[in-house]
Amino acid sequence: MMSSYFKNTWEGLYTVFVGMKITLKHLFTPSVTIQYPNVKVPLPERVRNRLYVNMDDCIGCDQCARACPVSCIEIETVKSLPTENLGTTSNGKKKALWVTKFDIDIAKCCYCQLCVFPCPTECIYMTDVYEFSEFRRSDLVYKFATLTEAEAEEKKLNFENLQKEKELQKAAQAAAQNNAQQPN
Amino acid sequence: MLELFTELTGNALLGMIINSLIPLVFVIPLALFFVWLERKVSAHMQDRLGPMITGSHGWLQTFADVLKLLQKEDIIPADADRKLFTIAPILVFAGSYAAFAAIPFSSAYIGSEIDMGIFYVVAVSGLVVAGILMAGWSSNNKYSLLGAMRSVAQIISYEIPTVLVILSIVVLAGTLNLLKISEMQTAYFWNWFIFGGPEPGLIKFLLIPFMFAGFLILYISSLAEVNRTPFDIPEAESELVAGYHTEYSGMKFAMFFLSEYANMFVVSAIVSAVFFGGYQSPFGYLGNSLGISWLVPIEQFFWFTAKGIFFVFVQMWLRWTLPRLRVDQLMAVCWKYLIPYSFVNLIIIAFLELYR
Repeated sequence: MMSSYFKNTWEGLYTVFVGMKITLKHLFTPSVTIQYPNVKVPLPERVRNRLYVNMDDCIGCDQCARACPVSCIEIETVKSLPTENLGTTSNGKKKALWVTKFDIDIAKCCYCQLCVFPCPTECIYMTDVYEFSEFRRSDLVYKFATLTEAEAEEKKLNFENLQKEKELQKAAQAAAQNNAQQPN
Repeated sequence: MLELFTELTGNALLGMIINSLIPLVFVIPLALFFVWLERKVSAHMQDRLGPMITGSHGWLQTFADVLKLLQKEDIIPADADRKLFTIAPILVFAGSYAAFAAIPFSSAYIGSEIDMGIFYVVAVSGLVVAGILMAGWSSNNKYSLLGAMRSVAQIISYEIPTVLVILSIVVLAGTLNLLKISEMQTAYFWNWFIFGGPEPGLIKFLLIPFMFAGFLILYISSLAEVNRTPFDIPEAESELVAGYHTEYSGMKFAMFFLSEYANMFVVSAIVSAVFFGGYQSPFGYLGNSLGISWLVPIEQFFWFTAKGIFFVFVQMWLRWTLPRLRVDQLMAVCWKYLIPYSFVNLIIIAFLELYR
Protein backbone atom coordinates (compact mmCIF):
# COMPACT_ATOMS: atom_id res chain seq x y z
CA MET A 1 0.00 0.00 0.00
CA MET A 2 2.50 2.53 1.21
CA SER A 3 5.08 1.75 -1.46
CA SER A 4 2.54 2.11 -4.25
CA TYR A 5 1.56 5.48 -2.80
CA PHE A 6 5.11 6.78 -3.06
CA LYS A 7 5.56 5.13 -6.41
CA ASN A 8 2.44 6.95 -7.65
CA THR A 9 3.78 10.26 -6.43
CA TRP A 10 7.13 9.70 -8.05
CA GLU A 11 5.64 8.55 -11.34
CA GLY A 12 3.24 11.49 -11.35
CA LEU A 13 6.08 13.96 -10.97
CA TYR A 14 8.51 12.14 -13.23
CA THR A 15 6.07 11.81 -16.14
CA VAL A 16 5.24 15.51 -15.91
CA PHE A 17 8.91 16.32 -16.39
CA VAL A 18 9.15 13.90 -19.32
CA GLY A 19 6.21 15.66 -20.95
CA MET A 20 7.70 19.07 -20.25
CA LYS A 21 10.94 18.01 -21.89
CA ILE A 22 9.07 17.00 -25.04
CA THR A 23 7.09 20.24 -25.26
CA LEU A 24 10.24 22.27 -24.63
CA LYS A 25 11.88 20.51 -27.54
CA HIS A 26 8.93 21.46 -29.73
CA LEU A 27 9.16 25.07 -28.58
CA PHE A 28 12.45 25.31 -30.45
CA THR A 29 11.66 23.21 -33.51
CA PRO A 30 10.99 25.41 -36.53
CA SER A 31 7.31 25.74 -37.15
CA VAL A 32 5.60 24.06 -40.07
CA THR A 33 3.21 26.94 -40.71
CA ILE A 34 3.24 28.51 -44.16
CA GLN A 35 2.14 32.14 -44.06
CA TYR A 36 -0.24 31.55 -46.95
CA PRO A 37 -1.14 34.82 -48.62
CA ASN A 38 2.48 35.99 -48.33
CA VAL A 39 4.19 32.66 -48.91
CA LYS A 40 2.84 30.06 -51.31
CA VAL A 41 3.67 26.40 -51.52
CA PRO A 42 5.24 25.57 -54.88
CA LEU A 43 2.71 23.56 -56.87
CA PRO A 44 3.47 20.24 -58.57
CA GLU A 45 4.35 20.43 -62.24
CA ARG A 46 1.11 18.97 -63.61
CA VAL A 47 -1.43 20.78 -61.41
CA ARG A 48 -4.86 21.33 -62.93
CA ASN A 49 -6.23 24.77 -62.13
CA ARG A 50 -7.71 27.62 -64.13
CA LEU A 51 -8.01 27.08 -67.88
CA TYR A 52 -6.37 29.45 -70.30
CA VAL A 53 -6.76 29.73 -74.06
CA ASN A 54 -4.07 31.22 -76.23
CA MET A 55 -6.29 32.73 -78.92
CA ASP A 56 -3.39 33.38 -81.29
CA ASP A 57 -3.18 29.63 -81.85
CA CYS A 58 -6.87 28.73 -81.76
CA ILE A 59 -8.28 27.49 -85.04
CA GLY A 60 -11.85 27.26 -83.76
CA CYS A 61 -12.13 23.50 -84.35
CA ASP A 62 -14.60 23.05 -81.43
CA GLN A 63 -12.92 19.80 -80.34
CA CYS A 64 -12.38 21.03 -76.77
CA ALA A 65 -16.05 22.01 -76.43
CA ARG A 66 -17.12 18.57 -77.61
CA ALA A 67 -14.72 16.82 -75.22
CA CYS A 68 -15.97 18.76 -72.20
CA PRO A 69 -18.11 16.47 -69.98
CA VAL A 70 -19.88 19.40 -68.32
CA SER A 71 -20.28 21.59 -71.41
CA CYS A 72 -18.58 24.58 -69.91
CA ILE A 73 -16.93 25.71 -73.15
CA GLU A 74 -19.01 27.58 -75.74
CA ILE A 75 -17.49 28.30 -79.13
CA GLU A 76 -19.00 30.07 -82.10
CA THR A 77 -17.11 30.47 -85.36
CA VAL A 78 -17.60 32.16 -88.71
CA LYS A 79 -15.89 31.14 -91.93
CA SER A 80 -13.47 33.70 -93.24
CA LEU A 81 -13.67 35.20 -96.72
CA PRO A 82 -11.28 33.73 -99.29
CA THR A 83 -9.64 37.13 -99.54
CA GLU A 84 -8.89 37.33 -95.82
CA ASN A 85 -5.63 36.02 -94.41
CA LEU A 86 -5.90 34.88 -90.77
CA GLY A 87 -2.30 33.81 -90.53
CA THR A 88 -1.00 30.51 -89.20
CA THR A 89 -0.71 28.98 -85.74
CA SER A 90 2.61 28.48 -84.07
CA ASN A 91 2.75 24.86 -85.24
CA GLY A 92 2.08 25.83 -88.85
CA LYS A 93 -1.64 25.16 -89.20
CA LYS A 94 -3.55 27.60 -91.38
CA LYS A 95 -6.40 29.40 -89.64
CA ALA A 96 -9.64 29.46 -91.59
CA LEU A 97 -12.29 30.43 -89.07
CA TRP A 98 -13.03 33.61 -87.18
CA VAL A 99 -13.64 32.67 -83.53
CA THR A 100 -16.45 35.05 -82.63
CA LYS A 101 -17.16 33.53 -79.23
CA PHE A 102 -14.98 31.46 -76.89
CA ASP A 103 -16.54 31.40 -73.40
CA ILE A 104 -15.42 29.13 -70.57
CA ASP A 105 -17.70 29.01 -67.55
CA ILE A 106 -15.06 28.16 -64.96
CA ALA A 107 -17.79 27.78 -62.32
CA LYS A 108 -18.96 24.70 -64.19
CA CYS A 109 -15.48 23.39 -64.95
CA CYS A 110 -14.57 20.13 -63.23
CA TYR A 111 -10.83 20.41 -63.92
CA CYS A 112 -10.70 17.05 -65.74
CA GLN A 113 -8.31 18.38 -68.38
CA LEU A 114 -10.16 16.41 -71.10
CA CYS A 115 -10.37 19.56 -73.25
CA VAL A 116 -6.62 19.92 -73.29
CA PHE A 117 -5.73 16.66 -75.05
CA PRO A 118 -7.79 16.94 -78.27
CA CYS A 119 -6.55 20.43 -79.11
CA PRO A 120 -4.55 20.17 -82.33
CA THR A 121 -2.58 23.33 -81.65
CA GLU A 122 -2.16 22.95 -77.87
CA CYS A 123 -3.68 26.36 -77.34
CA ILE A 124 -5.97 25.41 -74.43
CA TYR A 125 -4.18 24.44 -71.24
CA MET A 126 -4.39 24.52 -67.47
CA THR A 127 -2.41 27.11 -65.55
CA ASP A 128 -1.29 27.18 -61.92
CA VAL A 129 -3.63 30.07 -61.01
CA TYR A 130 -5.97 28.96 -58.25
CA GLU A 131 -7.07 32.21 -56.60
CA PHE A 132 -9.92 33.53 -58.72
CA SER A 133 -12.94 33.70 -56.44
CA GLU A 134 -15.64 36.18 -57.42
CA PHE A 135 -18.68 37.63 -55.72
CA ARG A 136 -20.97 36.91 -58.68
CA ARG A 137 -21.15 33.62 -60.48
CA SER A 138 -21.51 35.42 -63.81
CA ASP A 139 -18.05 36.89 -63.28
CA LEU A 140 -16.62 33.40 -63.54
CA VAL A 141 -17.49 33.18 -67.24
CA TYR A 142 -14.22 33.97 -68.96
CA LYS A 143 -14.45 35.39 -72.48
CA PHE A 144 -11.40 34.56 -74.56
CA ALA A 145 -12.54 35.70 -78.00
CA THR A 146 -10.24 38.46 -79.25
CA LEU A 147 -12.79 39.99 -81.66
CA THR A 148 -14.99 42.77 -80.38
CA GLU A 149 -18.73 42.38 -80.75
CA ALA A 150 -18.83 44.83 -83.63
CA GLU A 151 -16.04 42.96 -85.39
CA ALA A 152 -17.81 39.64 -84.84
CA GLU A 153 -21.03 41.13 -86.31
CA GLU A 154 -19.04 42.39 -89.27
CA LYS A 155 -17.47 38.99 -89.92
CA LYS A 156 -20.88 37.34 -89.71
CA LEU A 157 -22.32 39.85 -92.15
CA ASN A 158 -19.37 39.40 -94.48
CA PHE A 159 -19.91 35.67 -94.53
CA GLU A 160 -23.66 36.00 -95.09
CA ASN A 161 -23.05 38.42 -97.93
CA LEU A 162 -20.58 35.98 -99.42
CA GLN A 163 -23.15 33.17 -99.17
CA LYS A 164 -25.78 35.38 -100.82
CA GLU A 165 -23.40 36.39 -103.57
CA LYS A 166 -22.53 32.75 -104.15
CA GLU A 167 -26.19 31.79 -104.28
CA LEU A 168 -26.90 34.63 -106.66
CA GLN A 169 -23.98 33.52 -108.78
CA LYS A 170 -25.21 29.95 -108.67
CA ALA A 171 -28.71 31.06 -109.62
CA ALA A 172 -27.29 33.19 -112.42
CA GLN A 173 -25.16 30.31 -113.60
CA ALA A 174 -28.09 27.94 -113.50
CA ALA A 175 -30.21 30.44 -115.40
CA ALA A 176 -27.47 30.90 -117.96
CA GLN A 177 -27.14 27.16 -118.38
CA ASN A 178 -30.88 26.81 -118.75
CA ASN A 179 -30.87 29.59 -121.33
CA ALA A 180 -28.01 28.01 -123.19
CA GLN A 181 -29.70 24.62 -123.24
CA GLN A 182 -33.08 25.87 -124.37
CA PRO A 183 -32.35 26.51 -128.02
CA ASN A 184 -31.42 22.90 -128.49
CA MET B 1 6.47 55.46 -1.51
CA LEU B 2 3.19 56.55 0.05
CA GLU B 3 4.99 59.33 1.99
CA LEU B 4 6.66 60.46 -1.22
CA PHE B 5 3.37 60.74 -3.10
CA THR B 6 1.69 62.47 -0.17
CA GLU B 7 4.52 64.98 -0.06
CA LEU B 8 4.44 65.52 -3.82
CA THR B 9 0.69 66.08 -4.06
CA GLY B 10 0.31 67.69 -0.64
CA ASN B 11 -2.79 65.62 -0.02
CA ALA B 12 -2.91 62.30 1.85
CA LEU B 13 -5.91 60.99 -0.09
CA LEU B 14 -4.46 61.88 -3.47
CA GLY B 15 -1.15 60.29 -2.50
CA MET B 16 -2.95 57.13 -1.49
CA ILE B 17 -4.85 56.98 -4.78
CA ILE B 18 -1.65 57.40 -6.81
CA ASN B 19 0.08 54.81 -4.65
CA SER B 20 -2.70 52.29 -5.25
CA LEU B 21 -2.84 52.93 -9.00
CA ILE B 22 0.80 52.00 -9.61
CA PRO B 23 0.17 48.23 -9.70
CA LEU B 24 -2.69 48.82 -12.15
CA VAL B 25 -0.35 50.61 -14.53
CA PHE B 26 1.96 47.64 -14.15
CA VAL B 27 -0.57 44.84 -14.36
CA ILE B 28 -2.66 45.86 -17.38
CA PRO B 29 0.21 45.91 -19.92
CA LEU B 30 1.55 42.78 -18.26
CA ALA B 31 -1.79 40.98 -18.69
CA LEU B 32 -1.90 42.03 -22.34
CA PHE B 33 1.64 40.73 -22.74
CA PHE B 34 0.69 37.43 -21.08
CA VAL B 35 -2.25 36.91 -23.42
CA TRP B 36 0.11 37.39 -26.36
CA LEU B 37 2.75 35.16 -24.72
CA GLU B 38 0.21 32.43 -24.10
CA ARG B 39 -0.76 32.37 -27.75
CA LYS B 40 2.83 32.40 -28.95
CA VAL B 41 3.98 29.72 -26.48
CA SER B 42 1.04 27.48 -27.31
CA ALA B 43 1.62 27.96 -31.01
CA HIS B 44 5.33 27.25 -30.93
CA MET B 45 4.87 24.21 -28.71
CA GLN B 46 2.57 22.83 -31.39
CA ASP B 47 5.01 23.77 -34.17
CA ARG B 48 2.76 26.62 -35.30
CA LEU B 49 3.49 30.34 -35.45
CA GLY B 50 0.50 31.93 -33.76
CA PRO B 51 -0.46 35.55 -34.47
CA MET B 52 1.95 37.02 -37.01
CA ILE B 53 0.09 39.74 -38.89
CA THR B 54 -0.66 42.47 -36.32
CA GLY B 55 2.72 44.01 -35.67
CA SER B 56 6.03 42.17 -35.67
CA HIS B 57 5.27 38.60 -34.57
CA GLY B 58 1.75 39.74 -33.72
CA TRP B 59 2.69 41.75 -30.66
CA LEU B 60 -0.24 44.14 -31.25
CA GLN B 61 -2.76 41.29 -31.40
CA THR B 62 -4.01 41.66 -27.84
CA PHE B 63 -4.42 45.42 -28.27
CA ALA B 64 -6.61 44.71 -31.27
CA ASP B 65 -8.55 42.12 -29.26
CA VAL B 66 -9.11 44.52 -26.39
CA LEU B 67 -10.31 47.21 -28.80
CA LYS B 68 -12.74 44.68 -30.21
CA LEU B 69 -13.97 43.69 -26.73
CA LEU B 70 -14.50 47.36 -25.83
CA GLN B 71 -16.81 47.81 -28.79
CA LYS B 72 -18.84 44.68 -28.11
CA GLU B 73 -22.39 44.80 -26.89
CA ASP B 74 -22.72 44.26 -23.16
CA ILE B 75 -25.26 41.45 -23.02
CA ILE B 76 -27.06 40.53 -19.81
CA PRO B 77 -29.22 37.42 -20.19
CA ALA B 78 -32.93 38.01 -19.61
CA ASP B 79 -33.18 35.55 -16.70
CA ALA B 80 -29.89 36.52 -15.09
CA ASP B 81 -29.68 38.18 -11.71
CA ARG B 82 -28.70 41.60 -13.03
CA LYS B 83 -27.11 42.99 -9.88
CA LEU B 84 -24.92 39.99 -9.08
CA PHE B 85 -24.14 39.55 -12.76
CA THR B 86 -22.70 43.06 -12.88
CA ILE B 87 -20.87 42.91 -9.55
CA ALA B 88 -19.21 39.53 -10.15
CA PRO B 89 -16.50 40.54 -12.67
CA ILE B 90 -15.70 43.64 -10.62
CA LEU B 91 -15.34 41.53 -7.48
CA VAL B 92 -13.11 39.00 -9.25
CA PHE B 93 -10.87 41.74 -10.56
CA ALA B 94 -10.86 43.55 -7.21
CA GLY B 95 -9.82 40.32 -5.50
CA SER B 96 -6.91 39.67 -7.79
CA TYR B 97 -5.88 43.33 -7.84
CA ALA B 98 -6.03 43.68 -4.06
CA ALA B 99 -3.42 40.95 -3.76
CA PHE B 100 -0.90 43.28 -5.42
CA ALA B 101 -1.09 45.59 -2.40
CA ALA B 102 1.11 43.37 -0.25
CA ILE B 103 3.53 42.18 -2.93
CA PRO B 104 6.89 43.97 -2.87
CA PHE B 105 7.80 45.13 -6.38
CA SER B 106 11.21 46.26 -5.19
CA SER B 107 12.71 47.43 -1.93
CA ALA B 108 11.43 50.92 -2.83
CA TYR B 109 7.85 50.10 -3.70
CA ILE B 110 5.27 47.98 -1.91
CA GLY B 111 1.62 49.00 -1.95
CA SER B 112 1.18 48.55 1.77
CA GLU B 113 3.84 47.24 4.07
CA ILE B 114 1.57 45.36 6.45
CA ASP B 115 2.97 42.74 8.82
CA MET B 116 0.18 40.37 7.80
CA GLY B 117 1.45 40.47 4.16
CA ILE B 118 1.29 36.89 2.97
CA PHE B 119 -1.75 36.12 5.12
CA TYR B 120 -3.53 39.10 3.58
CA VAL B 121 -2.71 37.91 0.06
CA VAL B 122 -4.06 34.42 0.74
CA ALA B 123 -7.16 35.85 2.40
CA VAL B 124 -7.95 38.46 -0.21
CA SER B 125 -7.62 35.89 -2.96
CA GLY B 126 -10.70 34.35 -1.38
CA LEU B 127 -12.67 37.26 -2.83
CA VAL B 128 -12.04 35.77 -6.25
CA VAL B 129 -13.84 32.60 -5.17
CA ALA B 130 -16.87 34.62 -4.10
CA GLY B 131 -16.83 36.50 -7.38
CA ILE B 132 -16.62 33.33 -9.41
CA LEU B 133 -19.49 31.70 -7.54
CA MET B 134 -21.48 34.91 -7.94
CA ALA B 135 -20.85 34.91 -11.69
CA GLY B 136 -21.85 31.28 -12.04
CA TRP B 137 -24.99 31.61 -9.93
CA SER B 138 -26.25 34.87 -11.43
CA SER B 139 -25.78 33.72 -15.04
CA ASN B 140 -28.68 31.30 -14.58
CA ASN B 141 -26.96 28.81 -16.85
CA LYS B 142 -26.16 25.22 -15.98
CA TYR B 143 -22.66 25.37 -17.44
CA SER B 144 -21.83 28.56 -15.59
CA LEU B 145 -23.09 27.16 -12.32
CA LEU B 146 -21.27 23.84 -12.76
CA GLY B 147 -18.06 25.64 -13.66
CA ALA B 148 -18.36 28.00 -10.72
CA MET B 149 -19.03 25.18 -8.26
CA ARG B 150 -16.12 23.16 -9.57
CA SER B 151 -13.93 26.23 -9.33
CA VAL B 152 -14.94 26.95 -5.76
CA ALA B 153 -14.46 23.34 -4.66
CA GLN B 154 -11.06 23.30 -6.31
CA ILE B 155 -9.78 26.63 -5.01
CA ILE B 156 -10.91 25.96 -1.45
CA SER B 157 -9.31 22.51 -1.46
CA TYR B 158 -6.03 23.67 -2.89
CA GLU B 159 -5.80 26.61 -0.52
CA ILE B 160 -4.87 24.12 2.25
CA PRO B 161 -1.57 22.83 0.77
CA THR B 162 -0.75 26.38 -0.34
CA VAL B 163 -1.17 27.73 3.15
CA LEU B 164 0.73 24.82 4.70
CA VAL B 165 3.73 25.40 2.47
CA ILE B 166 3.63 29.14 3.06
CA LEU B 167 3.44 28.37 6.78
CA SER B 168 6.65 26.36 6.58
CA ILE B 169 8.36 29.41 5.07
CA VAL B 170 6.86 31.59 7.77
CA VAL B 171 8.34 29.18 10.34
CA LEU B 172 11.78 29.72 8.82
CA ALA B 173 11.45 33.46 8.27
CA GLY B 174 9.63 34.29 11.47
CA THR B 175 7.52 36.92 9.73
CA LEU B 176 4.45 37.21 7.51
CA ASN B 177 5.68 40.43 5.95
CA LEU B 178 6.56 39.74 2.32
CA LEU B 179 8.96 42.68 2.18
CA LYS B 180 10.91 41.29 5.14
CA ILE B 181 10.83 37.76 3.70
CA SER B 182 12.27 39.12 0.44
CA GLU B 183 14.79 41.28 2.28
CA MET B 184 16.11 38.19 4.12
CA GLN B 185 17.04 36.43 0.90
CA THR B 186 19.38 39.18 -0.24
CA ALA B 187 22.89 39.00 -1.75
CA TYR B 188 23.34 35.71 -3.61
CA PHE B 189 20.98 33.03 -4.83
CA TRP B 190 22.12 30.52 -2.21
CA ASN B 191 20.39 32.70 0.33
CA TRP B 192 17.03 32.01 -1.27
CA PHE B 193 14.66 29.83 0.71
CA ILE B 194 14.68 27.21 -2.04
CA PHE B 195 18.34 26.66 -1.07
CA GLY B 196 17.58 26.53 2.64
CA GLY B 197 17.42 30.20 3.52
CA PRO B 198 20.00 32.80 4.49
CA GLU B 199 21.38 31.24 7.69
CA PRO B 200 24.49 29.12 7.03
CA GLY B 201 25.13 25.80 8.70
CA LEU B 202 24.32 22.10 8.47
CA ILE B 203 20.58 22.69 8.89
CA LYS B 204 20.56 24.80 5.71
CA PHE B 205 21.72 21.80 3.68
CA LEU B 206 19.30 19.46 5.44
CA LEU B 207 16.49 21.84 4.54
CA ILE B 208 17.15 21.91 0.80
CA PRO B 209 15.24 18.72 -0.24
CA PHE B 210 12.26 19.75 1.86
CA MET B 211 12.30 23.21 0.36
CA PHE B 212 12.24 21.70 -3.13
CA ALA B 213 9.29 19.52 -2.13
CA GLY B 214 7.58 22.55 -0.66
CA PHE B 215 8.17 24.51 -3.83
CA LEU B 216 6.65 21.75 -5.98
CA ILE B 217 3.61 21.51 -3.72
CA LEU B 218 3.14 25.29 -3.68
CA TYR B 219 3.53 25.54 -7.44
CA ILE B 220 1.09 22.71 -8.15
CA SER B 221 -1.54 24.08 -5.81
CA SER B 222 -1.10 27.61 -7.08
CA LEU B 223 -1.78 26.28 -10.57
CA ALA B 224 -5.07 24.92 -9.26
CA GLU B 225 -5.88 28.22 -7.58
CA VAL B 226 -5.70 30.15 -10.83
CA ASN B 227 -7.65 27.47 -12.73
CA ARG B 228 -4.84 26.61 -15.09
CA THR B 229 -4.32 23.31 -16.86
CA PRO B 230 -4.06 20.53 -15.66
CA PHE B 231 -6.54 21.91 -13.10
CA ASP B 232 -8.77 23.83 -15.51
CA ILE B 233 -11.96 21.81 -15.07
CA PRO B 234 -13.87 24.96 -13.98
CA GLU B 235 -13.54 26.31 -17.50
CA ALA B 236 -13.12 23.07 -19.39
CA GLU B 237 -14.05 24.11 -22.92
CA SER B 238 -14.94 20.62 -24.05
CA GLU B 239 -17.35 20.04 -21.16
CA LEU B 240 -18.65 23.39 -19.95
CA VAL B 241 -18.43 25.81 -22.89
CA ALA B 242 -16.39 28.33 -20.87
CA GLY B 243 -17.37 27.65 -17.27
CA TYR B 244 -18.41 30.54 -15.07
CA HIS B 245 -17.91 33.22 -17.73
CA THR B 246 -20.01 31.52 -20.43
CA GLU B 247 -22.68 34.25 -20.39
CA TYR B 248 -20.29 37.18 -20.22
CA SER B 249 -19.36 39.36 -23.16
CA GLY B 250 -17.62 42.62 -23.89
CA MET B 251 -15.91 44.48 -21.08
CA LYS B 252 -17.20 42.17 -18.36
CA PHE B 253 -15.58 39.23 -20.08
CA ALA B 254 -12.42 41.28 -20.52
CA MET B 255 -12.36 41.87 -16.77
CA PHE B 256 -12.50 38.14 -16.08
CA PHE B 257 -9.78 37.61 -18.62
CA LEU B 258 -7.63 40.37 -17.15
CA SER B 259 -8.03 39.12 -13.59
CA GLU B 260 -7.19 35.59 -14.69
CA TYR B 261 -3.87 36.71 -16.08
CA ALA B 262 -3.27 39.11 -13.19
CA ASN B 263 -3.88 36.18 -10.83
CA MET B 264 -1.35 34.09 -12.69
CA PHE B 265 1.20 36.79 -12.05
CA VAL B 266 0.20 37.11 -8.38
CA VAL B 267 0.76 33.44 -7.65
CA SER B 268 4.03 33.52 -9.57
CA ALA B 269 5.12 36.56 -7.57
CA ILE B 270 4.23 34.75 -4.32
CA VAL B 271 6.17 31.68 -5.37
CA SER B 272 9.17 33.79 -6.25
CA ALA B 273 8.84 35.90 -3.10
CA VAL B 274 8.79 32.96 -0.69
CA PHE B 275 11.22 30.64 -2.47
CA PHE B 276 13.22 32.58 -5.02
CA GLY B 277 14.15 35.78 -3.24
CA GLY B 278 11.28 37.93 -4.53
CA TYR B 279 12.79 41.02 -6.09
CA GLN B 280 16.34 40.07 -5.08
CA SER B 281 18.98 39.60 -7.74
CA PRO B 282 20.61 36.15 -7.81
CA PHE B 283 24.05 37.81 -7.84
CA GLY B 284 24.67 41.30 -6.44
CA TYR B 285 23.59 44.55 -8.02
CA LEU B 286 25.16 46.65 -10.70
CA GLY B 287 24.00 49.74 -8.78
CA ASN B 288 25.95 48.68 -5.69
CA SER B 289 29.16 47.94 -7.52
CA LEU B 290 28.96 51.18 -9.49
CA GLY B 291 27.89 53.17 -6.45
CA ILE B 292 24.66 54.41 -8.02
CA SER B 293 22.11 53.87 -5.28
CA TRP B 294 19.00 54.74 -7.31
CA LEU B 295 19.79 51.97 -9.82
CA VAL B 296 19.26 49.22 -7.24
CA PRO B 297 15.45 49.47 -6.92
CA ILE B 298 15.17 49.50 -10.72
CA GLU B 299 17.27 46.37 -10.94
CA GLN B 300 15.16 44.81 -8.22
CA PHE B 301 12.03 45.66 -10.17
CA PHE B 302 13.57 44.00 -13.22
CA TRP B 303 14.33 40.82 -11.28
CA PHE B 304 10.85 40.79 -9.76
CA THR B 305 9.24 41.07 -13.20
CA ALA B 306 11.62 38.55 -14.74
CA LYS B 307 10.95 35.93 -12.08
CA GLY B 308 7.21 36.52 -12.29
CA ILE B 309 7.22 36.19 -16.06
CA PHE B 310 9.35 33.07 -15.86
CA PHE B 311 6.91 31.31 -13.54
CA VAL B 312 3.98 32.41 -15.68
CA PHE B 313 5.83 30.95 -18.65
CA VAL B 314 6.18 27.65 -16.77
CA GLN B 315 2.44 27.73 -16.14
CA MET B 316 1.87 28.09 -19.88
CA TRP B 317 4.43 25.41 -20.59
CA LEU B 318 2.54 23.03 -18.30
CA ARG B 319 -0.74 23.99 -19.89
CA TRP B 320 0.43 22.80 -23.29
CA THR B 321 2.02 19.69 -21.86
CA LEU B 322 -0.58 18.10 -19.60
CA PRO B 323 -4.14 16.96 -20.23
CA ARG B 324 -6.95 17.99 -17.90
CA LEU B 325 -7.58 16.06 -14.70
CA ARG B 326 -10.91 14.38 -14.00
CA VAL B 327 -12.88 15.79 -11.05
CA ASP B 328 -12.14 12.82 -8.78
CA GLN B 329 -8.46 12.85 -9.77
CA LEU B 330 -8.34 16.55 -9.01
CA MET B 331 -9.62 16.00 -5.50
CA ALA B 332 -7.39 12.94 -5.04
CA VAL B 333 -4.28 14.91 -5.94
CA CYS B 334 -5.14 17.54 -3.36
CA TRP B 335 -6.50 15.55 -0.42
CA LYS B 336 -4.59 12.30 -0.79
CA TYR B 337 -1.24 13.59 -1.96
CA LEU B 338 -0.56 17.30 -1.58
CA ILE B 339 -2.07 17.83 1.89
CA PRO B 340 -0.32 14.86 3.59
CA TYR B 341 2.97 15.73 1.93
CA SER B 342 2.75 19.39 2.86
CA PHE B 343 1.85 18.49 6.46
CA VAL B 344 4.84 16.17 6.80
CA ASN B 345 6.99 18.79 5.09
CA LEU B 346 5.83 21.46 7.53
CA ILE B 347 6.52 19.27 10.57
CA ILE B 348 10.02 18.33 9.37
CA ILE B 349 10.89 21.94 8.57
CA ALA B 350 9.56 23.05 11.93
CA PHE B 351 11.70 20.45 13.72
CA LEU B 352 14.79 21.41 11.75
CA GLU B 353 14.18 25.04 12.60
CA LEU B 354 13.68 24.11 16.25
CA TYR B 355 17.07 22.34 16.45
CA ARG B 356 19.00 24.89 14.48
